[in-house]
Amino acid sequence: MPDSSSIPGDWRWLDADGLQILIDLLRGRGFRVVGPRIADGAIVIGDIDSAAQLPTGWLDDQDGGSYRLRQDKAAGTFDHVVGPHSLKNFLFPARETLQHWTRDDRGWHDTTPAEPPRPLAVIGVRGCDLAALAIQDRVFLGGDHVDPAYKARRERLFLLAVNCRRAAATCFCHSMGCGPAAGPGFDLALTETDGRFAVETGSEAGAALLAELAARGSPVTPAEILDEAAIEQVRDIPRRLGREMHARRAEPGRPVPRSLDTDGIRDLLFSNLEHPRWQQVADRCLSCANCTLVCPTCFCSSVSDVADLSGDHASRERQWASCFTLEHSQMHGGNARPTVASRYRQWLTHKLAGWIDQFGSSGCTGCGRCITWCPVGIDLTAEVAAIREAPTP
Amino acid sequence: MTTVATAKKPRLAVFKFASCDGCQLQLLDAEGQLRAIADQVEIDHFLEARSRSLPGPYDIGLVEGSISTPADIPRILEIRRQCRFLVTIGACATSGGIQALRNWGQVDEFLGAVYATPAYVQSLEKSTAIADHVPVDFELRGCPIDTRQLVELVSAVVVGRRPRVPTYSVCVECKMRGTVCVAVARGIACLGPVTQAGCDALCPAHDRECFGCFGPSQQPNLVSLNGFYERQGASRERLGRLVQSFNAWSPEFHAEHDRLAGGPDTEADR
Repeated sequence: MPDSSSIPGDWRWLDADGLQILIDLLRGRGFRVVGPRIADGAIVIGDIDSAAQLPTGWLDDQDGGSYRLRQDKAAGTFDHVVGPHSLKNFLFPARETLQHWTRDDRGWHDTTPAEPPRPLAVIGVRGCDLAALAIQDRVFLGGDHVDPAYKARRERLFLLAVNCRRAAATCFCHSMGCGPAAGPGFDLALTETDGRFAVETGSEAGAALLAELAARGSPVTPAEILDEAAIEQVRDIPRRLGREMHARRAEPGRPVPRSLDTDGIRDLLFSNLEHPRWQQVADRCLSCANCTLVCPTCFCSSVSDVADLSGDHASRERQWASCFTLEHSQMHGGNARPTVASRYRQWLTHKLAGWIDQFGSSGCTGCGRCITWCPVGIDLTAEVAAIREAPTP
Repeated sequence: MTTVATAKKPRLAVFKFASCDGCQLQLLDAEGQLRAIADQVEIDHFLEARSRSLPGPYDIGLVEGSISTPADIPRILEIRRQCRFLVTIGACATSGGIQALRNWGQVDEFLGAVYATPAYVQSLEKSTAIADHVPVDFELRGCPIDTRQLVELVSAVVVGRRPRVPTYSVCVECKMRGTVCVAVARGIACLGPVTQAGCDALCPAHDRECFGCFGPSQQPNLVSLNGFYERQGASRERLGRLVQSFNAWSPEFHAEHDRLAGGPDTEADR
């Protein structure tokens, strides 16, 4: 009989059927389960009720302004990397009603829906996105002003992470210290090897779920415990990828990932605010805002009070905003950042430099989404490298 | 922003120039909110909806269509005099419409080819936007306009606040809906990054490129976008056709079409 007690730090084996049982257990506990799914030519994060919906055998080729899926018989379930969606789409949704008020004969009444959000379990979260979640936590939960809607969703979140064993050409998590190994911050983390998964327990909630799985004692799901040697072998899978990324090497047939030299990056950028490169990137930049919207840490929003025609229903609506739009820097008397060059500079210097002063870490996790989903393939790692190569005196 | 808030209900008029009537129909399409709109404004001239027509002056004038015939010019001047707050609705009124494709050709040739007795037809050389002839207080973009934006405009004007009509790109709407980018994931040349939002990114949500119905967004960088599409294999002919549609005569799309058709290439050292 498998041991049914499980604690954070435990490792167990899980086969493909075991993954399905995990999904079933989460659903049985009332979680909405989402994870990687193929839709509209990409691997997005969508609702999952069967492990068969996961993109087993699919890979994503990514580069500046380009994303293509292809089938590969040798590919596992999680050998793709991050797609256009991130945890942000779920924890900080694009549109949200913060308050709703209704007027009748007796005056105004708060009719904001009060029910707590449905618990959410996310399958396939990568190291870069766990790091991004930690950054968004600091923004929305840190300091004196806690965002109650974000907090309610965050408290009902279960994270089934994945350790990467492949990187796309746009990945540079190793430069930012956010991957390719996942964690901390997960409930359970999977490492795929030889058609099965090694599961690391990261939290009490993860341990409880794994204990329930082990207690089932299903013959196809022994959920046996890994010994020290096996754990070390499994741990070395993302480490090996990390070493390759640092060495700027890749296995045959795989792209060399990007990298970003972060040495003294705050001072580098702040001392090059008038560098000619800002105008050169502005000549290519569309100021379309895609980079900020796919960024898993960008948190800007705009809030509007809206009323219907009768004036009896009013609500306070929040939606994503972007520093690339003119509207974002429009103030009484004029626009603070009227040129594309000034807006690109604002974004990049905030993300990679000002963020360090503001939140104690970089705002970039090296996920590469802003490179892939820029319609003209602008690459922040190349922009920083260009400034580093020829800084203004 | 002009305020038309008055003690009495504001008077609304809807006028048509060279157009298909589709934008006016968006007002009737507001079905569920039509009664609420009628509670807020007096609809005093709207021939598409009612035969009763009361004379001006009006508080709000919605103008559909482009200036296309000699008779249109004195008519729009008079309408401007009659309306305190004049709003153009749709691509025809805002940039000349699909009929502005004739602006690249010779009107006399078209008339001879199409009509048995061209002498009966009075037509201007070019189809132009309302704002080329009279001052316009606000523009609602689109082919057709979006009903939600129209209701928002009426709601805002009635109480004297600024309409919430975004000026950012269609890409923002795609990302907010969670739509996967058709340009990046499928290599389809799409005008979304240079087109103003307003349709809730309708076409990309149905696996099609954005056709630019809402016209150029603020500071559109068409040269960079089309340069990238060209390097991905799109032909200049195809890219030129993409900008030469409903908003072909908008200054930005017009210039880009002519550049792609062989005009000066400003994409230096790219």
